[in-house]
Amino acid sequence: MRTFPCNRNTQARACELPAQAGLGLKPAFFEALLSSEPALGFVEIHAENYMVDGGPFHHYLGLLRERYALSIHGVGLSIGADAALDALHLQRLKTLLDRYQPESFSEHLAWSTHGPCFLNDLLPLQYDQASLDRVCDHIDQVQHTLGRRMLLENPATYLQFRGSSLEEPQFINEVIRRTGCGLLLDVCNIHVSCSNHHWSIADYLHALPLHAVGEIHLAGFSEDLDSSGEQLLIDSHSAPIAQAVWALYQQVLEMIGPVATLIERDNEVPALDVLLAEAGQAQRLLDRQGARQ
Amino acid sequence: MNTQALFSVALLAPQAACPSELFAGDAAASRFAVYRNNVFSSLTAALSDSYPVVEQLVGSAFFQAMARVFIEHSPPRSPVLVNYGQDFADFIDRFEPAASLPYLGDVARLERLRVEAYHAADCPVISAQALGAYLQQPEQLMQLRMKLRPGLAVLTSKHPVYSLWTAHQGIGDLASIHLAQAEQLLVLRDGLEVLLLPLPSASAVFIQALQRGEGFADAVVAALPLAPEFDAGPSLALLIRHSAITELEPS
Repeated sequence: MRTFPCNRNTQARACELPAQAGLGLKPAFFEALLSSEPALGFVEIHAENYMVDGGPFHHYLGLLRERYALSIHGVGLSIGADAALDALHLQRLKTLLDRYQPESFSEHLAWSTHGPCFLNDLLPLQYDQASLDRVCDHIDQVQHTLGRRMLLENPATYLQFRGSSLEEPQFINEVIRRTGCGLLLDVCNIHVSCSNHHWSIADYLHALPLHAVGEIHLAGFSEDLDSSGEQLLIDSHSAPIAQAVWALYQQVLEMIGPVATLIERDNEVPALDVLLAEAGQAQRLLDRQGARQ
Repeated sequence: MNTQALFSVALLAPQAACPSELFAGDAAASRFAVYRNNVFSSLTAALSDSYPVVEQLVGSAFFQAMARVFIEHSPPRSPVLVNYGQDFADFIDRFEPAASLPYLGDVARLERLRVEAYHAADCPVISAQALGAYLQQPEQLMQLRMKLRPGLAVLTSKHPVYSLWTAHQGIGDLASIHLAQAEQLLVLRDGLEVLLLPLPSASAVFIQALQRGEGFADAVVAALPLAPEFDAGPSLALLIRHSAITELEPS
């Protein structure tokens, strides 16, 4: 296992997100966050949205970055793809990370490219030895190019491959052991995947390397039915965080202690106050857990 | 084909069957449909963000159907989705169901230019004083070349695209627009705001010539066929007022 300095360019900056509640940054919130500066542990951006030359996005992110810790979360690197990583995209990421020096960089255990096409969804992997080797190679390449440790997010999935020979948490465990990357634990994704595939949440959590968790994501899901009439949960990021996800979050905090926690809402985004209230709820649970320790 | 190839091909072709043999469970096709829906709905949302007035002009249902055909034939080539749909206007020009709205393609061009101006690089600009020095020396001014700011563009259309766009911002009256009226406009970002500024046709040609790197005198000559009395003063004043000139290159 290789180890990486958290950030080889600026040792002065703390290299971890504070164990507090944070919020996904949306352009609609730029002005309000700057003028009211609500108490948030950090803000998180989707890397690809800021891969533009100039203009308001960089203007506001520069100002907010002076006030908040920053997490940069990639959604387009396609770490699980069966082809080589896009070197140009990796370079764009490096440019962005060099510019903003975020406390954390994370990506997904998923694929989203095929040939020249970008499919704009986080697609599921077949969990076998070949994909394990490939994902580890890709993460080695990312961590080497960026010169820092990354966090890998557990996915929400709707299908399982017949050809899989490893369970998802085993696969994640092995990736983290081999690459030294950290885990971005998406609690909603655990709830969604375990529900969709009838997995035991307790077994899933038990099999994950929870010592490696560097950040937690909390989001809302939507409910559907598949063609056999079974409930299908969809990781839509379009709804308030469900009670079941809050309960699971609390359980995770009891297991690992307070960790930086993002309130994630990407669709049907409500007013800032609504999301700040969810961040406040997460913060209270973090504080309570911190006081116990 | 390998697993991801089979998955991708079926994902992008809504009529194709789900490769059910890859998946466990009896309801694979309906679960696969979630991924397919995510792809099309998220890319449609990306187009809708970039082309809101096109969407208003044709209505949401038509826009979604048109976007679906576009996405199927031109899926993104990059994860930087702000650039997705650079050829949407050309597609609209050829999209037969939209043929009754001949101006729709140019409205899409206008909206694309707005997005590009919004995210264009920041750079220092030339002050009115720096240009003023040349205005005192007409001989040098005649040879002067100017660089215009990144993201600045002139759009010329056979249709009243500026009027159509502004009418959809709640300014102006849609009913009073003459659809046969040609319009030209300047698109640029000034500070944090993207501006659309209507231009007379000669000014449009003048600014386009400057942007191509022609000297001041040649740019004026280019505009003369459209306005024999063409005065470049107002166009220059407009460029200076909106911080549009980034470099002066004396010959």
